[in-house]
Amino acid sequence: MFRLRRFLKDYKLQLTIGPVCKLIEAIFELLIPLITADIIDNGVKNSDISYVLQKGGLMVLLGALGLGFALVCQKSASIASQGFGTKVRNAMFRHINTLSHNELDKLGTPSLITRMTNDINRLQLAVAMLIRLVIRAPFLVIGALIMAMTIDLKLSLIFFAAALLIAVILFVVMTRSVPFYKAMQKKMDTVSLISRENLSGNRVIRAFGRQKSDTERFQASNEELTEIAVKAGRLSALLNPMTYVVAQAAIIAVVWFGGGLVFSGELKTGQIIALVNYMTQILLAMIVVSNLVVIFTNASASASRVNEVFDTLPSVQEGEGIVPEIAEHTPCIAFDKVSFSYSGSGHALKDISFTLERGQTMGIIGGTGSGKSTLVSLIPRFYDATQGRVLVDGADVKQYKMADLRHKIGIVPQKAELFSGTIKDNMRWGKRDASDAEIEKALKIAQAYEFVAKLPEKTERYISPGGKNLSGGQRQRLTIARALVGQPEILILDDSASALDFATDAALRKALYEETQGMTVIMVSQRVGTVRYADKILVLDGGEIAGIGTHNELFHHCEVYKEICLSQLKAEEVENP
Amino acid sequence: MKRTKTNNKHTIRRILKYAARYKGSLAMAMIFAVLYVVLTLAAPVLIGQAIDRIIDKGKVDFPAIANLLLMTGVTVLGCAVFQWLMGLFVNAVSYLTVRDIRDELFEKFNTVPLKTIDGHPHGDLISRMINDTDNIGTGLLQGITQLFSGIVMIVCTLGFMIMLNVFIALVVVVITPLSMFVAAFITRLSQKQFREQSKTQGEISSYIEEYVGQQKLVKAFGYEDKAQEGFEEINECLRVSGQKSQFYSSLANPSTRFVNGLVTTAVCITGAVSVINGHLTVGQISAFITYANQYTKPFNEVTGVIPQLQSALAGADRVFELLDTPDQKPDAENAAPLAVCKGKIDIEHISFSYSPDKPLITDFALHVKAGSRIAIVGPTGCGKTTFINLLMRFYDVTGGDIRVDGQSIYTMPRDELRSLYGMVLQDSWLYNATVRENIAYGKPDATLDEVKAAAKRAFIHRFIERMPNGYDTMITEEGANLSQGQRQLMCIARVMLCDPPMLILDEATSSIDTRTELKIQEAFNNMMQGRTSFIVAHRLSTIKEADVILVMKDGHIIEQGSHSELMAQNGFYHNLYNSQFAAT
Repeated sequence: MFRLRRFLKDYKLQLTIGPVCKLIEAIFELLIPLITADIIDNGVKNSDISYVLQKGGLMVLLGALGLGFALVCQKSASIASQGFGTKVRNAMFRHINTLSHNELDKLGTPSLITRMTNDINRLQLAVAMLIRLVIRAPFLVIGALIMAMTIDLKLSLIFFAAALLIAVILFVVMTRSVPFYKAMQKKMDTVSLISRENLSGNRVIRAFGRQKSDTERFQASNEELTEIAVKAGRLSALLNPMTYVVAQAAIIAVVWFGGGLVFSGELKTGQIIALVNYMTQILLAMIVVSNLVVIFTNASASASRVNEVFDTLPSVQEGEGIVPEIAEHTPCIAFDKVSFSYSGSGHALKDISFTLERGQTMGIIGGTGSGKSTLVSLIPRFYDATQGRVLVDGADVKQYKMADLRHKIGIVPQKAELFSGTIKDNMRWGKRDASDAEIEKALKIAQAYEFVAKLPEKTERYISPGGKNLSGGQRQRLTIARALVGQPEILILDDSASALDFATDAALRKALYEETQGMTVIMVSQRVGTVRYADKILVLDGGEIAGIGTHNELFHHCEVYKEICLSQLKAEEVENP
Repeated sequence: MKRTKTNNKHTIRRILKYAARYKGSLAMAMIFAVLYVVLTLAAPVLIGQAIDRIIDKGKVDFPAIANLLLMTGVTVLGCAVFQWLMGLFVNAVSYLTVRDIRDELFEKFNTVPLKTIDGHPHGDLISRMINDTDNIGTGLLQGITQLFSGIVMIVCTLGFMIMLNVFIALVVVVITPLSMFVAAFITRLSQKQFREQSKTQGEISSYIEEYVGQQKLVKAFGYEDKAQEGFEEINECLRVSGQKSQFYSSLANPSTRFVNGLVTTAVCITGAVSVINGHLTVGQISAFITYANQYTKPFNEVTGVIPQLQSALAGADRVFELLDTPDQKPDAENAAPLAVCKGKIDIEHISFSYSPDKPLITDFALHVKAGSRIAIVGPTGCGKTTFINLLMRFYDVTGGDIRVDGQSIYTMPRDELRSLYGMVLQDSWLYNATVRENIAYGKPDATLDEVKAAAKRAFIHRFIERMPNGYDTMITEEGANLSQGQRQLMCIARVMLCDPPMLILDEATSSIDTRTELKIQEAFNNMMQGRTSFIVAHRLSTIKEADVILVMKDGHIIEQGSHSELMAQNGFYHNLYNSQFAAT
């Protein structure tokens, strides 16, 4: 938990002023009873009304000052705790941005959402409490201990024993309940996961009429969450009563042994009363502390979950940065004996080698799960090759600065996903300062201009999260346009025309061909029609290359390719374009 | 302002209604609170009496002290036990209440019209499920504890004071609510900020959901810095509203303490003056001040938990807002399932739009013979998916009627209607469970052999066998490590297992290679022999074989007929078909 204190370093001022002000307020509060006593002892005794009023005025003044100090403390607490939370969230988001997909798959989005909201909220609360209460309570305890020692050393031993015992209780309960709180947050992740799944799969769930069993699944994990919460609560509920018992036992001991000392004349009755009062003061402070302990145990469980994210290091590391010198015959993209496997499973790609010249178009075709998407995702370094090298402009992709590499590449993923915002906002992903004309051109190539122009708001049309207010085909065209806006050197289309009808698909390919001269294009597709005119076609089968060549070469020499062709086209269509 | 207040009252009442389900536990908590507070007040009295027996050197009444201390010990133990028990019950009530609210919220996800789910950022809905309910829980826990012990404390001290002097007791009682007014005023001031905070929290969740969920894109476009910028902007809003709400509401406690301090001072001064004028004794006034302090303390403690209560209220508002979203129209009372589904579908002049100002489908009519295979083609956005939404009753038509075997689908229970169709969508949805559970989603009691048979027919069996744990392999978050095509195959296996009387395939094979697709087509053909099916697809191999091809444009059917008929018409379809051969 203490590792997170680095996020507090800008709030040293608040962290100092806050507790000090709280302390001053506490001291003022302790003065009030003394003044009251004074009014009665001196004012009333001497029937001095002006003295009474004077002291009364002092009480009001102290009260007002106390209020002022309390406000300063609260203000400091709110600034520091919210600022702290904001910084942690920002840092966490930044860190998540550096992680590669391997790590994100492992952590999971729902869990990241809970960590960034719920867990950090708990930490914020802990910081606020730290400022408000952490100095005050020990101050009162230590003050009371010292006062007890000045009265009677022997009896103060009881105090020390009690304080020690209470500390042990706090420690035991705290360490015991941390695992519960951790488990609780983890269950919270599950609750979040199921909610998320239900929302994204709502249609399917209704289609299969599984609402009931899905609800039951949720209820089961919600029940588990509740059970753990109740168990954790059961432990925490012990704190106050146990502290109370120890403190009261100490008081009883003080009275009993104190009685003995009075009997032998070593102590006065008034001193016993004072000791009892000090012990009561300690008890009150300790009750505050035990509430704090609950908050802090909670926070420490959350802190370890937050730290877990910070401790996750990206498996894809930033390169040193390189500006490759491009010789005339340097291929734009080259794979050199590349193999790849997702963690914990067999080879997804095995010994892939090919080169692609600048300005050429390559088609990749192959069966479901043959590794097509995996292959293209190695180029922008979504994953690093397990073996072999992936080269762009003659340099290993690992040498590039990530941003430089990805800037060269325009990618259209298989799943057509957009972000909430206007169409224009989405188009500017490819190029931050793209002009309207550039956007228009990209939309035209992507065959999206027509439908966008029909919208009343044109490119200012707001796209709701997940692009749910657009049809699948519309989304897909926009994702293609998005990749084109930046006029990338390399364009990767990962089966991104699957939701387009044939006419649109053909028009798209024609426009791409005409408008993107000089762009190196990789097209992953299931359709022979899409790839047949490519300069080079790569046929994948079970993660291995089954053939490379042009349509005609492959059709005659590559069995897999021939089969694919014949499954889609009639023999004469294959032969005569 | 006034509205806010009544809203708060309303919200509190509603939360309490949930808590009231645990009347027994609440009553126990209340009883233990009374016992605990009474004993807490009694312990110092006993100690005081014991000290009274210690008079001076040689004058200590040990047997009496031992007796009293023993009583104190028992009291203390009893007090601790009662406090503990109170804690247990309050804990249980709070967590169970939150559980109930969460369950109800989740159920709501499944009963609202699909429109609500489609039109709402999921991250925000998740934040309501996680964070807002969590705030309700914390508020309840703190609120009930403080409220119960506070009330008992107030009643007890009030009793003591009245026994002492009725008049001054009345003065204190009349003056103390002043602090409550101050607290209420501050609370009202900050409630807006709490709402804002809760809302922004929802926004942040949506943002994370969107940007973390689609990290690959963010990376592909080197958009990390922009994404960070956007995040920091919302985060800053959260900081501002968070800081304001926290600060304003934490004012309540010091302010009430200040007001109570003024009350004490006033009592002290008037008391002192009364004593000087001979209306009171010194002993009375000192006892009085002690009790006045005692009396105001619970008020201070209650105001101490105001921030938690307020964020609970803000959270509850958002939760209830969702719970108050009208459910989809319940199934008609006389709704009856079809006895046997033959698969004749009549669509009678239906009209539909997602928003009233933009009609999408108008006067659409179609009659489908039982057992025919219907393919739907048309440019993007022409209403293909919408049509399927209407067939499945994900959305209700705004006019006209849809009938299956002559019976209106609006007179059938929704679940029954939907079970008539097997549906595979382009966006293949898998959930966090084993492969087997995913495939058996529509028929949970299917045997492993049945599941395997379905997987074989969907040509995914061999792949599954190769997975680390075969059919027991857990599918991670929405099928992360499966290719798009493999996910589609699993969804197809899911439908194959159900063996539905009718079929809807909306771009169901778009990511599957064509060789596999052909085989799957064949499997579907065998399975669907004589059953009605609707197919939305772009691939002509899929479309060509259909009995009827509907060509849709702008929500209308512009052409209709078999492949050869449409080709002969030389119209839209003809062009579409030939476009695939256009050379590039």
